[in-house]
Amino acid sequence: MDIFLQQIINGLVQGSIYALVALGYTMVYGIMGLINFAHGEVVMIGTLVTITVAGSLIKVGMPVALAGLAGLTASVLVCMALGWGLERIAYRPLRNAPRLTPLITAIGMSIILQNVAMIVWGRNYLTFPHLLPKIDFEIAGANFTAIQLLIVLVSGMTMAGLAFLVYRTKLGMAMRATAQNPQVAGLMGVNSNRVISAAFVIGSALAALAGVMVGTYYEIAHYQMGFMLGLKAFTAAVLGGIGNLAGAMAGGILLGIIEALGAGYIGDLTGGFLGSHYQDIFAFVVLIVVLMFRPSGLFGEKTGDRA
Amino acid sequence: MLEVTGLRVAYGGIQAVRSITFHVNEGEMVALIGANGAGKTSTLKAIARVLDAAGGDVHFCGEKITRIAPHAPIRKGIALVPEGRGVFPRLTVAENLAMGAFVRDDKAAIAEDFEMVYGHFPRLRERADQLGGTLSGGEQQMLAIGRALMSRPRLLLLDEPSMGLAPIMVQKIFEVVRAVAASGMTVLLIEQNAKLALETSQRGYVMESGEITLNGDAKDLLNDPKVRAAYLGE
Repeated sequence: MDIFLQQIINGLVQGSIYALVALGYTMVYGIMGLINFAHGEVVMIGTLVTITVAGSLIKVGMPVALAGLAGLTASVLVCMALGWGLERIAYRPLRNAPRLTPLITAIGMSIILQNVAMIVWGRNYLTFPHLLPKIDFEIAGANFTAIQLLIVLVSGMTMAGLAFLVYRTKLGMAMRATAQNPQVAGLMGVNSNRVISAAFVIGSALAALAGVMVGTYYEIAHYQMGFMLGLKAFTAAVLGGIGNLAGAMAGGILLGIIEALGAGYIGDLTGGFLGSHYQDIFAFVVLIVVLMFRPSGLFGEKTGDRA
Repeated sequence: MLEVTGLRVAYGGIQAVRSITFHVNEGEMVALIGANGAGKTSTLKAIARVLDAAGGDVHFCGEKITRIAPHAPIRKGIALVPEGRGVFPRLTVAENLAMGAFVRDDKAAIAEDFEMVYGHFPRLRERADQLGGTLSGGEQQMLAIGRALMSRPRLLLLDEPSMGLAPIMVQKIFEVVRAVAASGMTVLLIEQNAKLALETSQRGYVMESGEITLNGDAKDLLNDPKVRAAYLGE
């Protein structure tokens, strides 16, 4: 039982991170029908920028908390600029192209960003600075740390903030209107370019935040780390119903928990043949099962055949 | 107020509108009638910048608007009630109306206009919190017209407001259209129901295969034997 609870907690933490990243996929898809496969790389850039900024500030003697905050701010700003630039440079010129074209471009951007990161930060694993003190808690035999608690809390607050933005502000209303009928939204005076840019910028800010969380949690980073994380978050978005915000949040957390439980029990289930390092298979089994039996996801409406 | 000169619209190589010229004066209600496929909707879409014109020019209040940004016409005072209504299905009725006032910031006046629209269409007030997609066709048409009015337009473009509606609903919609026109708003109306359109308007243009073939006072057109034969089923 304590393993079960422990894995639920671990899954909730990992799932919160998936959810933040999945929101970026789903917002962009909802508005323009594009799967931005470079989104995982935005998370990676977020982690690496934090390492550079917070790491060097700590080195020159700045208090850790302050350096961490500066790293977070820098990473959010850099990623927002990156998301905006990606859309401007790579996707906007393809707005009226066949929809396979921007999809392939997205994969291309993902590869380019990985390689740029490799040139800038090198090909070795980097250590993420200790930004938070290690404090352990225990409930019912399960352990969790202050970092885990903070990840879940900050994700929850961020998602509440996003829900407020989308459902209670004029920009959010314009985003929803554009997602539902871009032509009529234009008739109402909505500049679709601005709404699309906003989706990229907001999604990238969430990705940066997720990047800082991943770094703080695993304390290690690498130029290829965004690839698998991006695929898993994409899976989470599909699981929840791509294009649907609540779906991305629920899908992320659900995927995190499925994965953690899978990793916790896979040894027992296979008589020790497969170990917990096989946990990645669960995400993709989920993806295949969802695509086979409920392609519109848990919360999704029928979306037709957009790529 | 609206001057269309030599306007052409093409889809690929196919010419939907072949160099048409017409105008709408301030405070006037003008009908553009014609059979299905005559190019009426393409004309309105080009004016509202949903489509690019292939040639010719559109002037509004003396300003050339042929190639302004697609989100700009409403800021100039042009509101289109699109063919098929274009209600946002997953926004509430109130949010749909608020989208009509998207370009405005005057909160107090927007609140007044909500009342004005609800006054015209009490049904919309009852359904204010319902999603647009759950409304009946007639209610969606009310919503689309109400949403256009929320921008306080100077020129209202109506694309087939009677399409697919029960006669009683058509009557209700046209009552409001008449009231809005009587209050001094300039209206350009497209209709397949030529009789209804001409009875409601002061002037009319008849479109056939992308060209304007007849124009004149609505009353004269109603009595024109060619119009009667082609569009009034006589």
